[in-house]
Amino acid sequence: MISVHHEGKVGLVILLLLLFLPQVTAAFDQAYLVSTATRILIYAIAALSLNLILGYGGLVSFGHSAYLGVGAYVVGILGFHEFEGSTFLGVPGTLNAWVTFPLAVLISALFAFLIGALCLRTRGIYFIMITLAFAQMIFYLFVSLEQYGGDDGLMMMSRNVFSGLDLEDGETYYLLTLIVLGACAWLFRRIVDSRFGRVLQGGKQNELRLTTIGIAPYPYKLAGFVIAGAGAGLAGALLANHMEFVSPDFMHWTRSGDLLIMVILGGIGTWTGPILGTTLFLLLEEFLPVLFHELGWSLLSEHWRIVFGPTLILIVLFARGGLHALLFHEEE
Amino acid sequence: MKKLIKQALTLVAGTSLVATSIWAQSPVKIGMITTLSTPGGYLGEDVRDGFMLAVSEEGGKLGGTPVEVLIEDDGVNPVNGKQIAERFIERDRVSIITGIIFSNISPVVAPMARKAGLFYISPNSGPSQFAGAQCHEDYFVASWQNDTLHESAGIAATELGYKSALIMAPNYQAGKDALNGFKRYFKGQIVDEIYVKLGQTDYAAEIAKIRSANPEMVFQFLPGGMGINFLKQYSQAGLMGKIPQVLAAPSMDIKIMSAIGPGAAGIMNTSHWNHDLDNAANKRFLAGFRSKYNREPTVYASQGYDTAKLIASALRATGGKVLEDKTGFRAALKAANFESTRGKFRFGKNNHPIHHWYLREVVQENGKMANRIVRTIAEDHQDSYVSKCPLP
Amino acid sequence: MILFIEQLLNGVQFGMFLFLVSAGLTLIFGIMGVINLAHGSLYMVGAYGTALGMSWTGSFWGSLLIALPASALVGWTIEKLIIRLLYTRDHLDQVLATFGVILFLNELITILFGRSPLFLSIPEELSASLEILPGLNYPLYRLLIILVGLLVAAMMRWMITRTRAGMLIRAGTTHREMVEALGVNITLLNTGLFVTGAVFAGFAGAMAGPLVSVGVGMGEGLLILCFVCIVIGGVGSTKGAFVGSLLIGIVDTLGRAFLPDVLKVFLPPATAAGVGAGVSSMLVYILMALVLTFRPEGLFPVKGRKAA
Repeated sequence: MISVHHEGKVGLVILLLLLFLPQVTAAFDQAYLVSTATRILIYAIAALSLNLILGYGGLVSFGHSAYLGVGAYVVGILGFHEFEGSTFLGVPGTLNAWVTFPLAVLISALFAFLIGALCLRTRGIYFIMITLAFAQMIFYLFVSLEQYGGDDGLMMMSRNVFSGLDLEDGETYYLLTLIVLGACAWLFRRIVDSRFGRVLQGGKQNELRLTTIGIAPYPYKLAGFVIAGAGAGLAGALLANHMEFVSPDFMHWTRSGDLLIMVILGGIGTWTGPILGTTLFLLLEEFLPVLFHELGWSLLSEHWRIVFGPTLILIVLFARGGLHALLFHEEE
Repeated sequence: MKKLIKQALTLVAGTSLVATSIWAQSPVKIGMITTLSTPGGYLGEDVRDGFMLAVSEEGGKLGGTPVEVLIEDDGVNPVNGKQIAERFIERDRVSIITGIIFSNISPVVAPMARKAGLFYISPNSGPSQFAGAQCHEDYFVASWQNDTLHESAGIAATELGYKSALIMAPNYQAGKDALNGFKRYFKGQIVDEIYVKLGQTDYAAEIAKIRSANPEMVFQFLPGGMGINFLKQYSQAGLMGKIPQVLAAPSMDIKIMSAIGPGAAGIMNTSHWNHDLDNAANKRFLAGFRSKYNREPTVYASQGYDTAKLIASALRATGGKVLEDKTGFRAALKAANFESTRGKFRFGKNNHPIHHWYLREVVQENGKMANRIVRTIAEDHQDSYVSKCPLP
Repeated sequence: MILFIEQLLNGVQFGMFLFLVSAGLTLIFGIMGVINLAHGSLYMVGAYGTALGMSWTGSFWGSLLIALPASALVGWTIEKLIIRLLYTRDHLDQVLATFGVILFLNELITILFGRSPLFLSIPEELSASLEILPGLNYPLYRLLIILVGLLVAAMMRWMITRTRAGMLIRAGTTHREMVEALGVNITLLNTGLFVTGAVFAGFAGAMAGPLVSVGVGMGEGLLILCFVCIVIGGVGSTKGAFVGSLLIGIVDTLGRAFLPDVLKVFLPPATAAGVGAGVSSMLVYILMALVLTFRPEGLFPVKGRKAA
């Protein structure tokens, strides 16, 4: 067990070690794992952003994958128009990452602002359900966008261009994602520790107390919701480039459920917990069937979810701190 | 996290070591990405079983060359399809990718195969973009171009003398292609077009609309379970006898017929294959399939079998070389020197089939529902995108 | 006009169907404070129970004798093993734990019944249609669903307003601790309520079996719609669930039926059909957002209850 005071240092060391992952996998002749790792890093960014409102703000958003999807579609649609040479409401398409990424973040934040402004009027189960309802609305909106592939999704002809970096190269893209995740982890930490972050956490514990000392919680919650949406949008932009494909499936309601699980699994309201949770979740999803296959349990190899479901229940019921609590201990 | 990744690494490294040691003479690796789960899973099962029947006929070989077929389920989810393709290409180093059932998976996987310089041979899905401007010399479709399924239904509806039709499909690309394909050859009037949600189960509202529009016939393309629900409710509403349906092959396969029962009798539909086609390859296929799997094959099983036979013919021509002799393998595929279960078969310049289409009628045979060929309605039919394909 | 009435009936029928599932959902949430995502799985259990029963007994009515106890049993097991541990937990834990139950039940059913959907037929005596208005033939089976829905609604109303159990339920929705303090066996009440909700959901599944295919995950899409219904109606209120279900059923059906035609006035037919289908699938969620914007606790908020 490590003290939480060293969480940042441990995280930085692991981050530096991960810079060499491509060399390690290449040495084992398993270079394709770099792509799996990239996907984990991308979802970790989304989980980090969800944790800001879920873990620190106590807002159970059941529609977080919608913002990830919006970010992905911004990149996808701009790429589509660039390839076609057409325009979107007069705006030409582009593959320039300096344009697409900020735009993806901005537009996701805008969606989060509009939706959050309405949703945050409600609380409890109503909040859970209205965030879900808006996510479903956005899901069906993109399903019905015939020009952009509708239900089938939209292929990208190539990845974005990022100032001379060759993003088509898997290793480069992995390193870029790793750096973005590191920056996000640092940034979210700064937000949580700021005055804004403390008000957000205060609202989770006792809204009345905030109001009595003259702070209206609503603008803080809304700002938190918008930042979280922007973070998910960034993850979406990265995911679109990684997959070279965007699909309404990115924002299916079960994906929002997956994001919640990732945060819980890692440790809700902790700094690096969401990253740990995402890693475990996606590794389980990918390798649990392989593991059962290796053990010769063919029934479980095909039906691994029958193990995954109860495991999830047990974790929720009995291991509230998640992975984070196993690795780090609070100072007395 | 580091530790977990390391464990995962050793785990995977272990898997591939085992896999290579068994196959000392390094067989040709074929990656089959197909749909085995979800209500559409029976399509993939039949493609797989048809394909593997051809492999087992030669005792694990195709065209005299040992093959290793890796099979994974995409769950009709493009994201899964992408990940499986990544594993097949980068971890398992397959030479050929096949198996794709649904048209939302192929636009993701086919370009990956192209970038990696592999051969892509579809046993089912043939979306329009890859038949036209984006056709490629290493992309082959052994089944049909999507639109032709519905074009043949349009031809049939016109020949059967219907003057007005109501047409219906799910609100996604393949659904829209289907309706466009039908309209391309149907000479009557289209009374209404209805789009439904993909995966919809209750069609009360749509059936009420059909009853009130009262067209001479209905054409619908509702794949898998959707179609069964619709047809059952259509017959419950008492419309089956009143407003007949003319359908394409995927809307009236053996699974769908047996689910609907005697109510399906008399429905006209079109296909490029049927079990009563009289040729040697088809007879061998039917006998082999029935004895190996103890069930009746669907049209998808015939497509899986044909795909394997096509690959076998090319492997025989190159002596088992695929990526080492791409020019030779490509030319051998294009020659299509194999006996198809559908009879006459050749490739157009866009590597999509040119073959006959048949009109079929659902009949009750010894208590079971089956399709019977009525007549040929389109000879050597080719898709309408071929002119946009820049291949020579 | 005939078409409109027929579509309205279709909407009401769909609404009744939603009500059978939402009724249990709203009570379980109202009195126990538990969000049960696995409620849709109980609907699925009911449908598979009917399929099994039909292959054993050969009769739809006989199969109900299997479907209803099966969903009761599964409901009872879930309550005893998992739900009771969730009473004191927050909504997030409830959502995730019951999500785990969904994964488990889906996979279990897949192992037992396979992945291909099953198809049941409507009992012979109900497969006809009835001429309810001149020129309007409506399937008997769908009429029966409307009738059953109304019957269940009336029964629930009577139970809640006239019986001792109903009194406790009403008291429990607003003053849970007080009811407990008065020495009422709240454990038994909870179990009874959960099993009743499970049976209603199972019954809805049984009724749905012959209309739609019976498949793994069939309850999930419906579950989300049912949440929309109870949230619109006001969580914990059976009246709210009834009105919400009816509203959603009618809006969804009429939207699908008429929106494309309305849009044809402005757009070319092919585009209108596509856009209409797209917008009508969003319609219920738009409705929900509107209702919650103006009435954040639904149309019939339970009085005295703090938003949990």
